[in-house]
Amino acid sequence: MSPDGPTGLRGRAAIVGVADAVSPTGRLEGSTRALEVQVIREALDDAGLAITDVDAVCSNLTNGWAASLELAEYLGISPRWTDSTQTGGSSFEIHVQHAAAAIALGLCEVAVIVYAATPYSNLKRGGAGFGSRQGSPGPTPAAEWELPYGNRMPVGAYALAASRHRHEFGTTSEQLARIAVDTRRWATMNPRARHREPITIDDVLASPVVASPLHKLDCCLVTDGAGAVVLTSAARARDLRKAPALVLGTGTSHTHAMISQMPDLTTTGAAVSGPLAFAAAGLSPADVDVIELYDSFTITVLLLLEDLGFCPKGEGGPFVAEGVLGPGGALPANTTGGGLAYTHPGMFGIFLLVEAVRQLRGECGDRQVPGAEVALAHGSGGVLSAMSTVILGTEATA
Amino acid sequence: MTDPLVLPAPADAAERFRPPVSAASEPFWDATRELRLVLQWCRSCERPVHFPREACPACLGTDLDFRPATGRGTVHAVTVIPTPANPTMAGRGPYAVALVELAEGVRLLTNVIVDDPASVAVGDAVIVAWEPLTDGRHLPVFVPEP
Repeated sequence: MSPDGPTGLRGRAAIVGVADAVSPTGRLEGSTRALEVQVIREALDDAGLAITDVDAVCSNLTNGWAASLELAEYLGISPRWTDSTQTGGSSFEIHVQHAAAAIALGLCEVAVIVYAATPYSNLKRGGAGFGSRQGSPGPTPAAEWELPYGNRMPVGAYALAASRHRHEFGTTSEQLARIAVDTRRWATMNPRARHREPITIDDVLASPVVASPLHKLDCCLVTDGAGAVVLTSAARARDLRKAPALVLGTGTSHTHAMISQMPDLTTTGAAVSGPLAFAAAGLSPADVDVIELYDSFTITVLLLLEDLGFCPKGEGGPFVAEGVLGPGGALPANTTGGGLAYTHPGMFGIFLLVEAVRQLRGECGDRQVPGAEVALAHGSGGVLSAMSTVILGTEATA
Repeated sequence: MTDPLVLPAPADAAERFRPPVSAASEPFWDATRELRLVLQWCRSCERPVHFPREACPACLGTDLDFRPATGRGTVHAVTVIPTPANPTMAGRGPYAVALVELAEGVRLLTNVIVDDPASVAVGDAVIVAWEPLTDGRHLPVFVPEP
């Protein structure tokens, strides 16, 4: 057995700071956010650390939609590791387990786990009581600062990013449309795709504007769908039925929850997650044979190509205009037809992984990328908010 | 200093989604009753904070106050919604949703109210205006700087 124990984790991470807030009356003043900030500050002080040292957050409850994103946004940090795992009372033990493993693997260095709730005060105010944070007072920031202005969501958030990219780099609607055109070319070779008829740049530009500068054909589908992947150890994988797709490298970064808080509308967290994944894999963008990028909208693909290092920042428009993403191109992308033409049941990330694995196994028929040994799948969550990159390879790349 | 500009909603427009008020932002919304735009500042870092919080997102300090804002800014990004999908925007026709960067350096999501929303461009200079809400508050929106 390894000296680090059966999991390899023994002694590799430690709890270094603690704090709590209690009251003999059972009541605490302040919102749950204020209480969270208070105990985080005290625990960091206890450890001799500052908020700027924190690169990982765990949070399980929210009255919004994404616990750890909203906490990190509130704290003003951009973590490179995140965990909103919610399992009730055991959540925090599980957070410790996850964070310890992540730290041992070098995914992050300083993780904060926090919880605050005021069920006693809530009951006194006539709200929900035990075990509930939903009953806590306090609207979501999005309700207070974005909803009143009627942006069409989610497309309007991406439209703002496209607006800024156009302003800074001269990116055109024709260039964005080329992404939809080349993605559709892949779909024509996929008998399971929702839309298989070819389209032209003019078709995209002639489709109705949904949120300028984005047209209907710049937008992903709305379909039903489901997907799953199974992971096991590389050693175990060798004894299974199909050739393994080894996880060569991963990286994650989230930068905001609301679009109005995105630090830079033209640079996503993929600029962090991509280099992390490539470094872990010992590879560079030039080594990748096929890419599966979350194509919620054409602008999403453009930003991801730049941020992941397939072309320099700002040059995504001219880069895609050459047709590199389509069949026969230098950088085959979204080979199912993507969220733009294959399927998009609200969240598309699972399908990126499924297709990357099939390409590495050589199972893709007409749309197979010959000799694919390294595949990159990149998911985007929220409104360009949470980015995660996975680089997979065949056994030949091990 | 010109008088604050009040821009009532179009007569046939649906009532906007009325923003809730969080504990940290009460002074912001209270000031809108008097047509004043204020921003939260961290007294330790001497930097503005938006949206208002109970702690500064740079230092986690809690020594925060609200100060008058210039109400001037530039359009950082803009999208035009041709057809309101949101029922609370019904009756407004095409409208511009913009991120406006205030002179103080923070960005607000907002509407730029003009006759032709397609004319709103990144880099345009804008100033705050106020749309009355039914509870006595006003919603900050922006118009081109005269």
